[in-house]
Amino acid sequence: MNVSKDLVAASATPLVLTILVAEESYGYAILQQVSKLSGGELKWTDGMLYPVLHRLERQGHIEARWGKSPNGRRRKYYRITEDGRRHLKAQRAQWQLVDQTLRELWHNLSLAPEPDLLVGTD
Amino acid sequence: MTDYQMLQTQIQQWRTYLSREAAMDSDDIDELEDHLHGHLDLLTSAGLSPDEAFLVAVKRIGDVNSLSREFAVAHSERLWRQLVLSSSNEHFDSGNRRLVTAVGFAIAAALVVKIPALFGVEVQSAFYAINLSLFILPVLAAYLIVQGEHDVPRWPLVASFLIAAAIVNGYPLAEQSDTTLLTILHLPIALWLVVGLAYTGERWYSSEGRMDFVRFSGELAIYYALLALGGGVLMAFTMAMFDSIGVDASGALGEWILPCGAMGAVIIGTWLVEAKKSVIENMAPVLTRVFTPLVTLVLLTFLATMLFTGHGIDVERDVLIAFDLLLVLVTGLVIYAASARGSDSPPDVFDWLQLLLIVSAVIVDLLALAAIAARITEYGVSPNKLAALSENLILLVNLLGAAYVYLQFIRRRFRFTAMVQWQTSFLPIYAGWAATVVLVFPPLFGFR
Repeated sequence: MNVSKDLVAASATPLVLTILVAEESYGYAILQQVSKLSGGELKWTDGMLYPVLHRLERQGHIEARWGKSPNGRRRKYYRITEDGRRHLKAQRAQWQLVDQTLRELWHNLSLAPEPDLLVGTD
Repeated sequence: MTDYQMLQTQIQQWRTYLSREAAMDSDDIDELEDHLHGHLDLLTSAGLSPDEAFLVAVKRIGDVNSLSREFAVAHSERLWRQLVLSSSNEHFDSGNRRLVTAVGFAIAAALVVKIPALFGVEVQSAFYAINLSLFILPVLAAYLIVQGEHDVPRWPLVASFLIAAAIVNGYPLAEQSDTTLLTILHLPIALWLVVGLAYTGERWYSSEGRMDFVRFSGELAIYYALLALGGGVLMAFTMAMFDSIGVDASGALGEWILPCGAMGAVIIGTWLVEAKKSVIENMAPVLTRVFTPLVTLVLLTFLATMLFTGHGIDVERDVLIAFDLLLVLVTGLVIYAASARGSDSPPDVFDWLQLLLIVSAVIVDLLALAAIAARITEYGVSPNKLAALSENLILLVNLLGAAYVYLQFIRRRFRFTAMVQWQTSFLPIYAGWAATVVLVFPPLFGFR
């Protein structure tokens, strides 16, 4: 399944913030986690993650620090801020609303007497 | 070469390739390289050879063009030059065409300044001193509009130049009067705002856009100083050479080469800002980092000396101007330090130092103001004093605000963009006050 580009872009913020709620992390690990959780279906071009991280940092939702990787390379670690937690909460409410509305609609559709409606929408 | 060395070379080449993108800085490339290594480690441990792994890893990170575009959206401030002046694709033809345009405008600027000479006006006259900015700045604004790529409302700009010209030449400004001197000093400042509008267009309404104009101004000043230095040396040579064959070239040099060269150099300097790029990004951090500690040291020593010797500030005629210049210097250090600072990095020692600089400048200036306040009432108001005093107050308010913003930034209450917003919000105030001095002061003080 190919998730559309717009949807990938829109979901990037809540995904990154949610992953960072658990613990401080860095770009490569964040991407690995997204890929693992989505069973490899949510595909980002790797490099695109970084502008997203930088934008979130600028908006004050996350904080960055330079540290070292276990084998001594420079590595930039990110963690969520209080501001970011609030933002995530708001985002979460929005996504849940969309999700709930769609569920409702699709549920009603599947109960509808004319299942033809679903043809072609797969 | 071993596989490992080959991989290192490939990574180095990839880094060089990325570093050509203006939207990415070396920190970003470090971060991407760390990502690249993440892939490389995984892929080589899965059995791929280093160069296979490198190809796959680079491919996964994404192609440079679309990557650069995304970085550019996230870091628009890094692209100020490209956004404003140059076209996105730097073809040789377009570079050539730009040079021809620049030379054309430079020649136009050089000739415009000689038009009044046709009617017998001397170069040394007050007319030239008053109107100097009206000769060059409209040409510069036109050049920026022609070379720029955004819509600029043209008629307001034309109107402001015409109104300024009508007023300063309509006022009966005497050769030697105070108000004439004030007009000569303030008209360029007011009109520089009009150039700013031509440079930024609609981006004028964003603090980023105005900061770009501040960067442009600093970079142009550096190039102009270099061109002036070179021009001076060249003129000295010319004099000496013609002197050796018994021809006095000083007349031609003073009447033609100096004024025309000085005008044309403004356009050529502007072209250089675009064509050569990133002087200010290299110079501003160096200059502010050298002079912030030095100026702070001078100010603190001054305060300590005053304290120990018990000498108050001796108020003489020009002392207020000196303190104005001090505040201009400190404001300049603050604004160019802000222009060069990444807005994402956390507060560091240098931010403390900037705060110390501002606070010590404010204290010195308050002491001077206290000393002057008594004398102003004693001698009554003159146009010079009123202008100097009000400018001192404007800069003082700016620095007090800047100190507050720095303090909040260091305590992590504000983001650094607050400083950029505060500083850029003063640009219209400076220009507005300069315009007031030009428009209101001469009639207010009876053109004396």
